[in-house]
Amino acid sequence: MAPLTRAEIEACLDQWLETEFTFHAVGPVARALCRLDREAQDFVLDWVRRIATTHITLAFNFARRAPDLLQRLDRRAIEAWAVELCDTYDRAGMYAALAVAEQVDSYARTRQDRRDGALFDDIAGVLGNFVRGLSGRRLRIERGDAIWCDGEAIRLPAITAILPRAADNFNLLKASVALQWAHTRFGTLRVDPRPHCAALPDPERALRQLHGLETLRLMARLGHELPGLYRQMQALQASLGESIPVGWNGFAIRLQDPASTVEDSLALLPAACAAAEFTPWQFQGEWRPEAVAACRAARLEKEKARLRLRLAELEKELRAHRDAAGPTRFEARVEDAATRLEFEITLDGAPIAPPEGVRQLLASVYLDFGEIPPDYLVPAGDGEYDPSRYGEAGGDPDAVWQGTYHEEGARFYPEWDHGRQHYRKNWAVMREKDVPPVEDDFYRQTLDKYSGLLRRLRKSFEAMRDENRLDKRQAEGEEVDIDALVEAIADARDGREMSERLFTRMHRGERNIAVAFMVDMSGSTQGWINEAEREALILLCEALERLGDRYAIYGFSGVTRKRCELFRIKTFSEPYSDLVKARISGIRAQEYTRMGFAIRHLSALLGEVEARTRVLITLSDGRPDDYFDAYRGPYGIEDTRMALIEARRAGIHPFCITIDREAREYLPHMYGAARYIILDDVRQLPAKVGEIYRRLTR
Amino acid sequence: MSHTLTPEEHFILREPYYEPVGNEIAIFEAAYVNRLPVLLKGPTGCGKTRFMEHMAWRLARPLITVSCHDDLTASDLVGRFLVRGGETVWVDGPLTRAVRVGGICYLDEIVEARKDTMVVIHPLADDRRTLPIEKLGQLIEAADDFCLAISYNPGYQSVLKDLKQSTRQRFVALEFDYPEADLERRIVERESGVDAAMAERLVRFARMTRNLKGSGLDEGASTRLLVHAGKLIVSGIDPVSACQSAVAQAVTDEAEMLAAIQELSASLF
Repeated sequence: MAPLTRAEIEACLDQWLETEFTFHAVGPVARALCRLDREAQDFVLDWVRRIATTHITLAFNFARRAPDLLQRLDRRAIEAWAVELCDTYDRAGMYAALAVAEQVDSYARTRQDRRDGALFDDIAGVLGNFVRGLSGRRLRIERGDAIWCDGEAIRLPAITAILPRAADNFNLLKASVALQWAHTRFGTLRVDPRPHCAALPDPERALRQLHGLETLRLMARLGHELPGLYRQMQALQASLGESIPVGWNGFAIRLQDPASTVEDSLALLPAACAAAEFTPWQFQGEWRPEAVAACRAARLEKEKARLRLRLAELEKELRAHRDAAGPTRFEARVEDAATRLEFEITLDGAPIAPPEGVRQLLASVYLDFGEIPPDYLVPAGDGEYDPSRYGEAGGDPDAVWQGTYHEEGARFYPEWDHGRQHYRKNWAVMREKDVPPVEDDFYRQTLDKYSGLLRRLRKSFEAMRDENRLDKRQAEGEEVDIDALVEAIADARDGREMSERLFTRMHRGERNIAVAFMVDMSGSTQGWINEAEREALILLCEALERLGDRYAIYGFSGVTRKRCELFRIKTFSEPYSDLVKARISGIRAQEYTRMGFAIRHLSALLGEVEARTRVLITLSDGRPDDYFDAYRGPYGIEDTRMALIEARRAGIHPFCITIDREAREYLPHMYGAARYIILDDVRQLPAKVGEIYRRLTR
Repeated sequence: MSHTLTPEEHFILREPYYEPVGNEIAIFEAAYVNRLPVLLKGPTGCGKTRFMEHMAWRLARPLITVSCHDDLTASDLVGRFLVRGGETVWVDGPLTRAVRVGGICYLDEIVEARKDTMVVIHPLADDRRTLPIEKLGQLIEAADDFCLAISYNPGYQSVLKDLKQSTRQRFVALEFDYPEADLERRIVERESGVDAAMAERLVRFARMTRNLKGSGLDEGASTRLLVHAGKLIVSGIDPVSACQSAVAQAVTDEAEMLAAIQELSASLF
């Protein structure tokens, strides 16, 4: 295809970037773009259009830089950068997003050849497992503005394009991760370097020099512990032309002993400050003492409390077995050798095997102090700490809204932005809550009202039950089928061929289905629909109890992405009890219909259930919708559709039951990935749901 | 040359290599003398089956091993009628054979079997030591030398396949885990023939994979896998490839986890 002309490009940009109002100068951009071939033009313009649905200024910034970037970076890296622009804007606003736009200029500025970058999303999983395989605290890998570590999470940039080949860029990041790991594992982060550096003439330079010393020490240590990695790091340095600076060889030799510590580096610091500048190596990353100190301060108190609480539990457990009275004493012995870090704890001299959680806490505490301080080993007294404050689980889900940290304890789910043709990461803030049970006569009344229907439902469900049965005339089996044998012998006497199917075999019931029901609790269900839903659920539960399938029921509602709520009515593990009945009775219409997060969360819950067939049935009264939010309209429809596609990909069979008569035009598209049924009359719902389920799982 | 043995002729003549971790040999012997059944707990590949072979050799009894699977029924253990030339013939199952001749019957991964197998195990596992054969209308009293041992991996089985209290409380339980680093090194060295330094690195590698248990791996590398890797190395395969084929591919299929384990082994060797 012929390339687009400058005028054609300008027309597109005028439209997407709304230049009539924004006055973005698209002329030079169009001039640069018209020189590209058609395929490259399409690539850039497609992304400009997609980013413009998020913010026009970002799209303009992308368009301005893209033609030049195409010469220097591979397409996947450019796409990753575009997504990073939008994500940063979502997360931190325009100022931060523009900083990301600027940052791209620093990639590969010095050389002219094109680079295949290593993208965070591609490598985070592998490097996350890599660093967890090494010993010590379980570090997370997170996306950040540079390579650095606060002691709990290693930050890596979205795109790394320092070397031409993607594999080398990956190795570079792996080296960085190992070095950052070594910072926590071999004591660098145990000291606060700021007071030491402040005593020297140029504290900022002193910190850089100290970081250089520590890099030399940790490199030597890695050479000892992970020789294969060390060789790769040396090869990387050779290809980057990096080496130990002039005058630093003496320091390197002093720090070569694997037993050397951060104190040795500190001792060498004054001399190092007098030496030449240590230019940071590419994989060295940054050392941010403020962030490390802040993270450590928050961790120390929390881990002390957690460890002491766990020890108190452990003590209680052990006490039950022996009748020792009086104070107990925990002691810990650390074995710190090579990549191995092991702990043994003793209670009054008797060794006990620490549970995994305790072992991880001990590792973390040891890395902070280089020992286990004795006061950490005193089991917590009754009421000394409030366990809910230090536990992993959040407290009252409603209480969090009162504080500033309203995202605390919530689960995050992505949403599909159809304009951007990409996910918005961690977009929906989801929380599970209980439906307040209502003890009334609703259950009884429903049973009375539908007694005839219920009898039929129970009967038909019972007929579907797959139970153990004896299969006769099998070629193999546990026992001889006497009837078959008699016939076979008679046949043989008659001179006919004798059957080989002479055994009986026990057929095991194989019906192995888990189903999650997702019930619309949005404000529009108020009245008739709500009542029909509740009746339908009662009938369904009654019938399902006959069938023996495992099932869960959740209601969904919410206001904006910040407050997506799933209401527990019955979990998979819960029996169908009076409490569940009261919760069904207590289902009330709430707020809006944001559906994507609910489908994603229930898919995740279904994924945890062991079953051969997993079914997700949504019950809703219409199109997805949310309060003053893009969710109204195509965004919501597309996100719901994508969530259903994801569920399908995860091996779940989604099915939708809807009562929205007016919207036949969008339903086939939205539920395309799922099968669906539209009920014309709400009153049919109780009668139909059981029947639909029966057909679906027959 | 292969040769055919009936189960009760399966005596182990050469001492199987086994490094005791604690006092498990003494406990097993004491249980045997007192005619108590034994339950072996522990992750896969940590030496449970080898231990049984070793004990069978020590006690000079035939070892009859049954690997349980989810279609294994009581008839598979006890025996069944077969049709031969128009007649039905009773054939003893492996458990019955062991009960009759006084062998050691080792039911590996017992929880995988169907629930009806417990019916025949329970009376054998308490002081009655009898095996009811319903189809023959017989009750066999176990020979004095008979010993029942079962194994069970509490690590990765689902709640549906947990061992019931009524079963587990009949057995003397021995817990197995991966050996201590030094001991494991000795085992790898001895079994595969690699040198001490290589064995030590293999063990370090295994510890790294065991760190990943729970965050993507169901189970870390077992001692058995290390021995496999060691044997490949002795045959001239380079260590990183050996670890990839013998360990990483064996513990996971997930691409990201494979890559991570590959990076770990490349870092060590």
